[in-house]
Amino acid sequence: MLSEYEWAALQLSLKVSISAIIICLPVAIFFAWLLARKQFIGKSLLDGIVHLPLVLPPVVTGYLLLVTFGRQGLIGKPLAELTGFTFAFSWEGAALAAAVVALPLMVRAIRLSLEAVDTKLEVAARTLGAGPIKVFLTITLPLTLPGLLTALLLGFARSLGEFGATITFVSNIPEITQTLPLAMYAFLETPGAEEQAARLCIIAIIVALSSLLVSEWIARRMRKKLGLLPC
Amino acid sequence: MLNVSINSQLGSLDMQLEFAVPSRGVTAIFGRSGAGKSTLINYIAGIISPNNAHITLQDKVLTDTANQELVPVERRKIGYVFQDARLFPHYTVEGNLNYGRPSDKNDDEQYHYIVNLLALKGLLQRYPTHLSGGEKQRVAIGRALLSQPELLLMDEPLASLDTPRKQELIPYLNRLAKEINIPILYVSHSLEEVIQLADQMLLLDKGKILQAGSVESVWSSSEMSPWLQGDSRSSLFKATLSHHHETYAMSCVQISDAHQLWVRHLNTPLGAQLRFRVRANEVSLVKQKPDYSSIRNILPVTVKRVIPADEESMEVELNVGDVTLWSHITRWAADDLNLAQGDNLFAQIKGVSVTHNDWSDR
Repeated sequence: MLSEYEWAALQLSLKVSISAIIICLPVAIFFAWLLARKQFIGKSLLDGIVHLPLVLPPVVTGYLLLVTFGRQGLIGKPLAELTGFTFAFSWEGAALAAAVVALPLMVRAIRLSLEAVDTKLEVAARTLGAGPIKVFLTITLPLTLPGLLTALLLGFARSLGEFGATITFVSNIPEITQTLPLAMYAFLETPGAEEQAARLCIIAIIVALSSLLVSEWIARRMRKKLGLLPC
Repeated sequence: MLNVSINSQLGSLDMQLEFAVPSRGVTAIFGRSGAGKSTLINYIAGIISPNNAHITLQDKVLTDTANQELVPVERRKIGYVFQDARLFPHYTVEGNLNYGRPSDKNDDEQYHYIVNLLALKGLLQRYPTHLSGGEKQRVAIGRALLSQPELLLMDEPLASLDTPRKQELIPYLNRLAKEINIPILYVSHSLEEVIQLADQMLLLDKGKILQAGSVESVWSSSEMSPWLQGDSRSSLFKATLSHHHETYAMSCVQISDAHQLWVRHLNTPLGAQLRFRVRANEVSLVKQKPDYSSIRNILPVTVKRVIPADEESMEVELNVGDVTLWSHITRWAADDLNLAQGDNLFAQIKGVSVTHNDWSDR
């Protein structure tokens, strides 16, 4: 049904997006918690930096990634010398680009949901002998689950659609960094490949729609579990 | 034994107080809203930190600001029942009850005892959203007790409930107070709850203790007066059940060696100490003891003072032995009887209610 080329692009897209949101999740939880619960000097600045990829043109984000994590980059160069690993022109680079642009959306979703958690429940848990870590894992985090799910979906969708930062940072190399949007772009650049572009377009719609449906299904089950819906 | 000494400013509340609570029984913290009742128990629980305080429970220091010691909330072994229950919505009732239990669950016996005491068996698999307000509070109390606390704090646990739910919960609280071997601090602004549940009482106002001691002694102190004016003027005293009537369903209680009262039949063993309340509106005065009267309780009293209550009525404070009684009479009657301090009269008591009994009904 799918050509080898399409299959490679789809697989790569899923691999890049899923890796991106998995890496991003703990980082996003940390920043969301910091911004929702803590007061510290430079909080607005941190808030701004976290949200920067949301407002910057993706090409600029890609360029910044290139100068930081590229082969000659500030972090990329010592990293390559120490471990031999590089983000440049690799699928990991695409995942990093996707993670960076997905981060602000995920932080926002988790932060909103953290702010909605009743801190009185956390106090109650502490009077029952639970230390801060147990409180976070058994009360705060489970009550944030709907927000985490939204964050994962938003992050996944944003990663799947990532184009500008990826093409700037890791270029458009078939089977290595060529995700669905990049493959589609390649077809559109080629005269007479409109049909292939349309096929990719349908694949993208199917992936996006199924992720929406799956997350909706999980959300319903979760609300039931949290006692928010009649069982 | 809980020892508390606090000298702390929080917002506009300047708290300066010192008290000790015995190892058993219910101590009510009573006062108007804003008196600092909740702040006080939050200081004790460690939820907020006082500037200057020394708090010990069973000889263990919980808060000692002079030595920078502040045991964190989770290590204080203090159970807390909040006004709004605060059950965890993502756990079943059973999950809520298990939350604070020791991880090896070696408290099976206590678990079953508490599930029975609070009638929680039928609720175990439900989620908190499917519980009524009274059921939620019962679960919250059970959950707090199962964390094996050495002190139980209750912050107006009945305040958010409607009257039928309150009446439903009070018997549970009464049994709890009698059967649990830890001190309970019970915050309330309802006198009805205090006289039904508490043994001791702290009267709190603007962060200071106005009066402390047994409920009866605080009740009869002049500091309580503002809460006991008009229709709620009444006297509270302890009496011992001495015998039952041979023919009629009446019981006789001794309020002192020389004085006794007849009350409706009591199902308690002889010798039990009970708390009684007599409302000022139910006490009338006569100069001479009537020979024939429908009223069973006529006691010799001495007038202690006569205070004007409003334009047409007076309140008369009376002594029967050590017990204080109040009578609410019209000015006209006061003038006719020509009442003065030290007069010896008879008080006719129409109604006596039992408010609290030390005897468990198990």
